[in-house]
Amino acid sequence: MRTHHPLMMALLMVGFLATPAHAKTSEYTLTIERLPVNITGKPIEKITVNGSIPAPTLRFTEGDEAVIHVTNKMDEPTSIHWHGLLLPDAMDGVTGFGGYKAIEPGTTFTYRFPVRQTGTYWYHSHTSGQEQDGLYGSIITSPKGKDPIAADRDYVVVLSDFSEEHSSDIMANLKKSSDYYANARLTVGDFFADIKERGWDKAFKDAKDWGDMRMMRTDLADVTGYTFLTNGKSPKQNWTGLFKPGEKVRLRFINASAMSFFDVRIPGLKMSVVQADGQGIEPVTVDEFRFAPAETYDVIVTPKDDKAYTIAAEPIDRTGFAIGTLATREGMKGEIPPARPRALLSMADMNMEMMMKDDPDMEMTPADMISGWAKTGMPEGQKALSYADLRYAGVQKDQRQPQRTIDVRLGGNMERYIWTINEKKFSEAEPIRLKYGERVRLNFTNETMMAHPMHLHGMFVQLENGQPAAKLPNKHTVIVPPGGSYSVLVTADEIGEWAFHCHLLYHMASGMMRQVVVAKLDAADVPATETKANGGHHAQ
Amino acid sequence: MHNKRLLMALSLTTALAQPAFAADHSAHADMAAEHGGGIFHMFRLETDAGSNTDGTPLQSWDLDGWIGTDENKLWIKSEGERADSKLESAEFLALYSRNISTFWDAQAGIRYDTKPESTAYLTLGINGLAQQWFETEAHLFVSEHGDVTARLRQENDLLLTQKLILQPYVEVNLSAQDVHEQDIGAGVTDGQIGLQTRYEFTRKFAPYVDVHYGRKFGETSSIAKSNGENNDELVGSFGLRLMF
Repeated sequence: MRTHHPLMMALLMVGFLATPAHAKTSEYTLTIERLPVNITGKPIEKITVNGSIPAPTLRFTEGDEAVIHVTNKMDEPTSIHWHGLLLPDAMDGVTGFGGYKAIEPGTTFTYRFPVRQTGTYWYHSHTSGQEQDGLYGSIITSPKGKDPIAADRDYVVVLSDFSEEHSSDIMANLKKSSDYYANARLTVGDFFADIKERGWDKAFKDAKDWGDMRMMRTDLADVTGYTFLTNGKSPKQNWTGLFKPGEKVRLRFINASAMSFFDVRIPGLKMSVVQADGQGIEPVTVDEFRFAPAETYDVIVTPKDDKAYTIAAEPIDRTGFAIGTLATREGMKGEIPPARPRALLSMADMNMEMMMKDDPDMEMTPADMISGWAKTGMPEGQKALSYADLRYAGVQKDQRQPQRTIDVRLGGNMERYIWTINEKKFSEAEPIRLKYGERVRLNFTNETMMAHPMHLHGMFVQLENGQPAAKLPNKHTVIVPPGGSYSVLVTADEIGEWAFHCHLLYHMASGMMRQVVVAKLDAADVPATETKANGGHHAQ
Repeated sequence: MHNKRLLMALSLTTALAQPAFAADHSAHADMAAEHGGGIFHMFRLETDAGSNTDGTPLQSWDLDGWIGTDENKLWIKSEGERADSKLESAEFLALYSRNISTFWDAQAGIRYDTKPESTAYLTLGINGLAQQWFETEAHLFVSEHGDVTARLRQENDLLLTQKLILQPYVEVNLSAQDVHEQDIGAGVTDGQIGLQTRYEFTRKFAPYVDVHYGRKFGETSSIAKSNGENNDELVGSFGLRLMF
């Protein structure tokens, strides 16, 4: 017999009574099973949903009642988190949060929640490394009437990083040696080449400074050896989306990778970015954008020529491409652009405060002040999307100044592969508590040399990106660049227990996560819409 | 609380013990283990065979590794050497290793030698990564007879390519007093410098060639000479390095 939280039981009861009779029910059945898949030329057992990777696209209309039966045919517990959807915490899919329990082997859990928003979202396992092993898929929720974003074609483009290894082996290897997958380190030869290029003094100083800190300039990605996929297809398998010249094509880009940041471009086409993390923004025209695991961008392209255009998503460590093709006929293939040079991290990718504490006498040259991480290698004169460009398409309801600021320091110990928030791992930390209805600022400081895509469950945050209060864009995942800082605002208007974590899978798995609790002492003030938590577990 | 965590790290039966927790506690423990509280391990084994310049065939092993959490580990070490098919030295260490700063662990435990003499030691030490990527360990040993000795080791990786790696290393042994049973004099007793050149087919499988020069110093050197032994030795060997 499972023990149920008394409050949960009460909420369940209210939930049954409060379910509106007129809501249309959209029902799906998802079966999770380990099956052999063949992506790299050799069949490997991975986690499939209804037999496929990625999992099927779930389509809803705003106002629907989503009913999703999830059957676990694996011999380990699982879960599904609906990334970016506003829903009760008991339906959010994080084990132990909001009374949600893992879906045990051989059982079915039925998720049930109202669809309260429109846009492009995704879903994935929130249990151990199952997301890396294949458990991810897309969600499209459409407006009730006509979609304000007009397009003739509409494709989901799910990008991911596929490994032949099992996620638990990757984690174990990183703990054995944090540079286990670092196979592009600087060598003795690179050092001599640097002496030849810049002279002994500069080359020696750089090598000494980085060696003193015991950090690597090549540390752009913790895990390598990936094959990068577009909608589950390798570059060789070439996912293709068809169009007729002159048509408006909507591409819903989802970065469903475990560890990979991508620079995305379609040579020959401008992209008009119309949604960020599922939320409407005023269109911005760009040549390329960089996005982190868990982020999504919807873009409109209008290919005019009767030819194949290549969708090229290049990971920032430049170890390959996720490739797709927009073509006028099946079987066409465009050119794959040459790989861009890999950037090297610089002193600017380091947290100044931390560095001054380490070595107050460290001299900085102008070259040291340019972030290596931010170098995309984009040609001069082209435009890459920046957070500062994002303007919310509507008008933000809550334009209040924050009542308080919560500092969120992202730290870690690269040598031991430990990642922390405010110097604590999830396993050691107390929850962050927010009062229902309060407006708070999350002030991120990145004390590490890697970028961290920070994801808050349950509520959108608004980027403080310099736009006016009414126009601050909503995001569910925010990149905090290496050594840098960024702030976001959040209105704590969703009661519950929510996960808050870095969306680099192995960073979360080694501690970079917190629980955020939004609560009000007076239960009578809990709004009725928050109480729809009427799904349930049952054995098969 | 600390005792409990120590117990968790040191006990290999933790996994077996968990079902005893209540259902909710178990979910909480699972979440903690999945997000920073997990138990991992790393062991490195090097075994090699070669000879010294006198033509004496030599074989040696060196096991070094740990099992535990980020903070608390059980550290296991063992090394030994056979010369002319005869076991010359064999030592085994079991240490509790506690993370005390970003790059350093403090260690305490037991060392037990079966050769040259059957001897038990209390061991204290540190193990970590010094600036410029020097893997460093320093240990102090107090034998069951009260003799105090110490050992310092450093090594570093120089990448010729991503797979071909030179590893220079140095070791120094010291003694606070003469230890007649082991032919050791007070002061610096002996030292070793060496160069391992390995090819990492994978991180877990790397054959290597090793050349090292060892020398006895001071009183220890005099004792060796009066026993009719060499006070120094140049050794070359082939070996295999495994990580698991």
